[in-house]
Amino acid sequence: MSSGGNGYFDLPSDLQHSYAGLIEVHLTESLIPVGIGLAVSLPLAALCVRFRWLYPPLLWVSTILYAIPSIAFFVFLIDYTGASQTTVIIPLTVYTFVILLPAIVDGVRSVPPETLAASEAMGFNSFQRFYLVQLPNAVPAIFAGLRVATVSSISLVSIGSIIGNQGGLGNLLGDALAYHRYNLAVTSVVSIAVLGIALDVLLIGLRTLLTPWMPRGRGAARKAAIAAAVEPTDSAAPGGPGSGAKPAELEGAGR
Amino acid sequence: MNLFHYISDFLTDSSHWHGYDGIPHRLDQHLGYSFEALAIAAAIALPIGLVSGHTGRGGNALAVVATAGRALPSYGLLVLMFFWIGRIGLLPVMIPLVALAVPPILVTSYEAMRTVDPAPVDAARGMGMGPAAVLFQVELPVALPLILSGMRSAAIQVVSTAAIAATVSLGGLGRYIVDGYYQRNYETVAGGGALIALLALAMVGVFWILERVVVSPGVRRSN
Repeated sequence: MSSGGNGYFDLPSDLQHSYAGLIEVHLTESLIPVGIGLAVSLPLAALCVRFRWLYPPLLWVSTILYAIPSIAFFVFLIDYTGASQTTVIIPLTVYTFVILLPAIVDGVRSVPPETLAASEAMGFNSFQRFYLVQLPNAVPAIFAGLRVATVSSISLVSIGSIIGNQGGLGNLLGDALAYHRYNLAVTSVVSIAVLGIALDVLLIGLRTLLTPWMPRGRGAARKAAIAAAVEPTDSAAPGGPGSGAKPAELEGAGR
Repeated sequence: MNLFHYISDFLTDSSHWHGYDGIPHRLDQHLGYSFEALAIAAAIALPIGLVSGHTGRGGNALAVVATAGRALPSYGLLVLMFFWIGRIGLLPVMIPLVALAVPPILVTSYEAMRTVDPAPVDAARGMGMGPAAVLFQVELPVALPLILSGMRSAAIQVVSTAAIAATVSLGGLGRYIVDGYYQRNYETVAGGGALIALLALAMVGVFWILERVVVSPGVRRSN
């Protein structure tokens, strides 16, 4: 770690991290939320599929949570968890959950009834049916949600720099402003964008491995990906009163 | 004191309701930034998404643009723009907000046009409608609910992200969060955060009403 230079990778010593160290912090703060979010939303989605009445209220709560700006969320939490990584991880976990829950529920619900009937005829119980039939069929929709959640998590971590250097690569932005080092801002933005795109590509690869049954070829894969990214649902009700609260299609970077 | 106490104290303090730093003025600025960004994003993304969805061309390019737009960190872009172009009007805030709003609008409008049921389109052609009439009187009305849902998610994200404008000394409701944080004034932070969240939720309501008004009853029922 050198300081005093003016290059793109001469990091000021107040960051207390090398470039690789910042990447590590950034990945920790963005991927732990995705992991926890997935772990929480899978069982909850299973419950929502089993008990239909549970889904609308959960959707409303998650819409409200998603509307809280991340910067406000971080600053709220400082009082409870201090200026720590936890303060960044909690809001990002919430946002991940908000993106994944509808993706999983809609994905599971859109499994064709013939498939379900076949699994019933094979003597599957409801647990087997969920984990062996519905969930694997929902993998494309779940991965569409995971990609959005991961990429936005990576771009949102940078806002953590506002609450006292908890933003991984985003911390370079604070120093760029403080020392008028424009090249640090370039390093930060480019690194974060490259990190996000790299993980997106990684997830696409993983999805392809997990869904050998999906139609191959550029056109088919692209069509499926876009269809899932837009609305992991069926063609039904894109925007009726019920889906007024549906944050499934919230596919944007950050806030 | 819990969070709701702080929020209600902030909102009921009459000194917060007038003057340059008052809620009405900050709200006005915040809405101004958000609407301007949404309008620019819609002007860019809607025609491209609709045309490529209609013709079925350029889907791969759109997916790449949308992923790239998502991967760009809004706050980082804001700081970068601040360096590049300084504080020339609202330009440094508009660029990150537009970059945020373009991907959802682009992808949903493309997908909305792709997923229009071909049967009514064929029927319209059979009735002798020309390409323009098919596009504007059949495809667009049917695609409208999905297009609006893309606009809605863009609106929610833009409204809540516009808060970062305050970090480079611009206005909007984000001022309360940033100033409150530096003054260690939790009440102001909580109040500002709550106002922005309410505004974002209000967008859900606005789009619900908009859909009631502009989507044809037949399309709404068939959904």
